[in-house]
Amino acid sequence: MTLRSAKAARLRNNIIVHTVLAILAFIWVFPVLWVIMTSFRAEKGSYVSTFFPQSFTLDNYIKLFTDTTILNFPKMFMNTLIIAIFSCLLSAFYVLSAAYCLSRMKFRMRKPYMNMAMVLGLFPGFMSMVAVYFILKAVGLSEGSLIRVALILCYSGGAALGFQISKGFFDTIPYSIDEAALIDGCTRWQIFTRITLPLSKPIVIYTVLTAFIGPWVDFIFAKVICRANADQYTVAIGLWRMLEKEYIDNWYTSFAAGAVLISIPIAILFLKLQKYYVDGMTGAVKG
Amino acid sequence: MTTKSLSQRALLAQQELLEPCTCLGALRNGGMETKLSAVVMGLGNLVHRQYIKGLLFLAIEVAYVLFMIFFGFHNLYMLGSLGTEVQTEVWSEELQVYLYEGGDQSILLLLYGIATILVTLVMFWIWRGTLKSAYRVELLHTAGKKVNTFVDDLKGLLDENLYRLLMAPPMFFITALTILPLIFMICMAFTNYSKIDNHLVLFDWVGLENFASLFDNSSILGSTFWSVLVWTLIWAFFATFTNYFFGMILAIVINRKDTKIKGFWRFCFVISCAVPMFVSLLIMRTMLQPEGAVNVLLRNLGLIEQGASLPFFTDPLWAKVTVIVINIWVGVPYTLLQLTGVLQNIPGELYEAAMVDGANPVQSFFYITLPYMLYVTTPYLISTFTGNVNNFNVIYLLSGGDPVTNLASTAGSTDLLVTWLYKLTIDRQYYNVGAVVGILTFIILAIGSLITYRNSKSYKEEGGF
Repeated sequence: MTLRSAKAARLRNNIIVHTVLAILAFIWVFPVLWVIMTSFRAEKGSYVSTFFPQSFTLDNYIKLFTDTTILNFPKMFMNTLIIAIFSCLLSAFYVLSAAYCLSRMKFRMRKPYMNMAMVLGLFPGFMSMVAVYFILKAVGLSEGSLIRVALILCYSGGAALGFQISKGFFDTIPYSIDEAALIDGCTRWQIFTRITLPLSKPIVIYTVLTAFIGPWVDFIFAKVICRANADQYTVAIGLWRMLEKEYIDNWYTSFAAGAVLISIPIAILFLKLQKYYVDGMTGAVKG
Repeated sequence: MTTKSLSQRALLAQQELLEPCTCLGALRNGGMETKLSAVVMGLGNLVHRQYIKGLLFLAIEVAYVLFMIFFGFHNLYMLGSLGTEVQTEVWSEELQVYLYEGGDQSILLLLYGIATILVTLVMFWIWRGTLKSAYRVELLHTAGKKVNTFVDDLKGLLDENLYRLLMAPPMFFITALTILPLIFMICMAFTNYSKIDNHLVLFDWVGLENFASLFDNSSILGSTFWSVLVWTLIWAFFATFTNYFFGMILAIVINRKDTKIKGFWRFCFVISCAVPMFVSLLIMRTMLQPEGAVNVLLRNLGLIEQGASLPFFTDPLWAKVTVIVINIWVGVPYTLLQLTGVLQNIPGELYEAAMVDGANPVQSFFYITLPYMLYVTTPYLISTFTGNVNNFNVIYLLSGGDPVTNLASTAGSTDLLVTWLYKLTIDRQYYNVGAVVGILTFIILAIGSLITYRNSKSYKEEGGF
């Protein structure tokens, strides 16, 4: 009797749990579905009286790549791609080398550097943005195609302050491997490039890819540095502009199309990388 | 006799070498060539046949002296007054516009002045390095040991001094693009660089005046500051803890033994954080407009009247609740990912023991899970709280600080300190007040988190390899 009632209670609990989960999952997935639907919607404009699109079309995607008179999406895409490639190479180099040094070598500036990184992290990120713009202007990087160089420098410049996750990973590699290599006559450079990095493939991939995603999703920095130079805009500013009052009626569905296009690669990367994301975070938390 | 004293000196030098060379030691105990290196950098290295190294040091010194003579001293001098000459307006016939000529631009003078100070500090650091290097090479020479050649030094950069090679480029960019701008902004807080009274070209030091005006409760700026500060703290508290508890409960529910298709549920939540945050926030904003998708859906379902709409971003209280709720939507997937791992680390025996003692799931949550999680994730909570105080994206992209209830004030009712700072600097060009707000944000965060962080377990145990 008690066994059967326990079983019934379990069944009831399971039904409740799964229903709640289904409702929550719907809430979380719904906006994503909605933007995908909007990107295929044939009716223009941002506000529609019907919830589901009346007819579907691919025109929004085609418009994004062919209508370059007002908002040149292909050009923005290329700008962002170039910036992302260079800044990801530079920042991966900075992050990994800083993490290696902090994890493996003993030097006087080690603790001060780590404290400095933490203190700098407490300042509002873009508090210095105006100042960065003045500095870039003073060295002549604020006009024309040099803006790309400026953005690459901005995105990669402070990267070495975000060494924590990589350092946490390097810390888990046994130091005895390094010692053995040292006895065999390896230099530290050889240990770094031939032992530590190959052993840390996941974190190398993670670092490169997060740095690659940065320029695609940042828009505040790009906006302040590009100012009115529309031909240097990145994808993020472009998408943001599509929602401004003068464009929103014509471009809203194309905005959704653009959002879907840049979300797909990032979503794939994120799903592949979530394991390292979790490892990095829990590694830092476990204490 | 001389040979004996020589060997004695060699012995002493060998002992000295065991200790790391210090700058003071070099000045006190060094030979003539080492002491003179303090004036002519690289002399000690040159005397002891480290020619290339010595010449490099000398070249750096010459470059610095030339820089100071041609630019540096002028820059430092101008830092005091920040310029006095007013720009002159000249009508250009050719372009049919007024051109601004000559005059001092305080912003550039301030920037150059600070940059010169930073260069001088770096120079001082190099100077100490050369002095130590000179002393070391002298000791090596006296001790009769091999003096490193330039090639040896270069090899050393790839080996025991690798950190110098690897840390130099990142440090250069951090100094130029993070530290210099920060000092620059901090300095602005003590000037009258602002659109008020037209001080955008020529401005001056004003001491603590800006701080005083921000703390003056009777002024509109002062009252705005306090209301923004209070809302920032409320926001950070709710944003952190709603995400934390909701994410934790969700993780527990998904991980429970009886839950089916765990991977699918996790995928549903995680897919939403795979969409770039600014995209999902902009979508949310358009969906929640008076004529947006959510209101349309509610109308179609008959939950609200035709023509009516819920004031998501137009009523102050609604807007505040909306941003917190949407932040749950944005943040919970991340929390879910991060806390799942930690939850799985809780020893299972604890729950079994509780079950035997007849505890129900709610009790074991409050007596086992919660205390354990709070203990382990304190550093995580602190960093999330800090991140939320500085959470620019969610507020700026979602509500933009709206609605503005008091037209005289510069901030809307959902503005955080950071978004207010953005409005003050970028939109209004009140750079000085913006800088003060930035500094105060930093101080609030620093006091709170530094104490807690330094006392946390993970910081204390760091460092032992």
